[in-house]
Amino acid sequence: MSTEVDRSGHLMLAPSVAMRPEGFGALLYDFHTRRLTFIKDSDLATLVSCLDGHSTLESARLRSGVPEHRASEMLQALANLEARGTLVRTARDA
Amino acid sequence: MAATSLLIDNFESGLSAPICLTWELTYACNLQCVHCLSSSGRRDPRELSTREWMSFIDDLRAIQVFYVNIGGGEPTLRPDFWDLVSHAVGNGVGVKFSTNGSRLTAERASWLAVSDYIDVQISLDGATADVNDRVRGEGSFRTAITALENLAHAGFRDPKVSVVMTRENIHQLDDFKELADRYGATLRLTRLRPSGRGVDVWDTLHPTPDQQRELHAWLVAAGSSVMTGDSFFHLSALGTALDGLNMCGAGRVVCLVDPVGDVYACPFAIHEQFRAGNLRDSDFPAIWRESPTFTHLREPSPAGACGSCSAFDVCRGGCMAAKFFTGLPMDGPDPECVRGHGLGTAGPRPAPTVDHTRQRQVFIPLPDIPLRPCHESPVA
Repeated sequence: MSTEVDRSGHLMLAPSVAMRPEGFGALLYDFHTRRLTFIKDSDLATLVSCLDGHSTLESARLRSGVPEHRASEMLQALANLEARGTLVRTARDA
Repeated sequence: MAATSLLIDNFESGLSAPICLTWELTYACNLQCVHCLSSSGRRDPRELSTREWMSFIDDLRAIQVFYVNIGGGEPTLRPDFWDLVSHAVGNGVGVKFSTNGSRLTAERASWLAVSDYIDVQISLDGATADVNDRVRGEGSFRTAITALENLAHAGFRDPKVSVVMTRENIHQLDDFKELADRYGATLRLTRLRPSGRGVDVWDTLHPTPDQQRELHAWLVAAGSSVMTGDSFFHLSALGTALDGLNMCGAGRVVCLVDPVGDVYACPFAIHEQFRAGNLRDSDFPAIWRESPTFTHLREPSPAGACGSCSAFDVCRGGCMAAKFFTGLPMDGPDPECVRGHGLGTAGPRPAPTVDHTRQRQVFIPLPDIPLRPCHESPVA
């Protein structure tokens, strides 16, 4: 995954968002906007659950077991979730 | 992420927990709306205790139910209502509650305004007192407006104004939108159902085919600025599919827990036929996962008489409860089928198995509302 993205900070679920695993992936709910989001991709759901706000996307991907060939696809999906406010970026580590 | 339509196949087999869980807290109500889905009025002496409800909330937390829709009856009449709300939000279970507004004082509105996890829905079935009070009772319009004023003054963010669409209020669609905007609220429109006391007024109050077309066009134009609880999916067969889940979610995505702990497939199906269990016999997660009623609803259902209809993919035969309570076969068309297939094949209407009505009202339809068969049926 792009180190350029990693340098700008680390992703994690927004504090107002809760996530629950489902057979098709995961269901997320934002208590602020009261909006539901569906993740219909098990790899993406696993990857999101591995985002802790301090590890790099690459180490989160390795922990999640998502294969490398899906990395760029995952990066785009994470960007979409960030645009929705589902994921937020923490400050860059020192 | 895929579009919602692609999720239908997953939803049909059920989720690990409901998305939308309606919790009717009490059958007591200070109003006697003619179309009440739960035939509320008198409190039921078997209603669950505060302790039992607290333990129910703990179960919801365990299976990650994100929020509950609390209703009734009038839920704020239960003396422990606010404590239960606090317990839920304190445990990460958000609360939306439906109220006629009679207990939403300025003080209570201020308390609500400081919580992120509580959403308030004020019921109103007319944009004017004359239209509203015919259905909900004398003075109920004023009560609801006062509650909206109190919420606005307290700075409560984005309450909902919840309207059941009837033959007598569809001409007020724009007025409802303006009214909601005036109080910083979002409009939420839902479908009249022949459930509870609704069956008594169904024939006189359900929208005419012309009104259904008017409503569909209005909803398409309004888009996501107006909420519908995905309740008008039967109208999607008119052409443009509406936003949201265009299928029956009973027992798959939604369910209802009633004041005595009975769990039903959906808020419009309070009848023995759709009862999945009781919280005093079994905990909620077990009922959701294992009840034969729910298991049956999650099996693929045959399209039946609707199978040959070109609109089946968008309306999926319509609302299970609407068919059941009007005596129509479950595998046939909705009574409000926009293609006119839901007419003339009904058997006897099932007798209610739960009724807490205090005093049954006689509802007299307005004389200027057309009731001739040609207005009911496009084929008459």
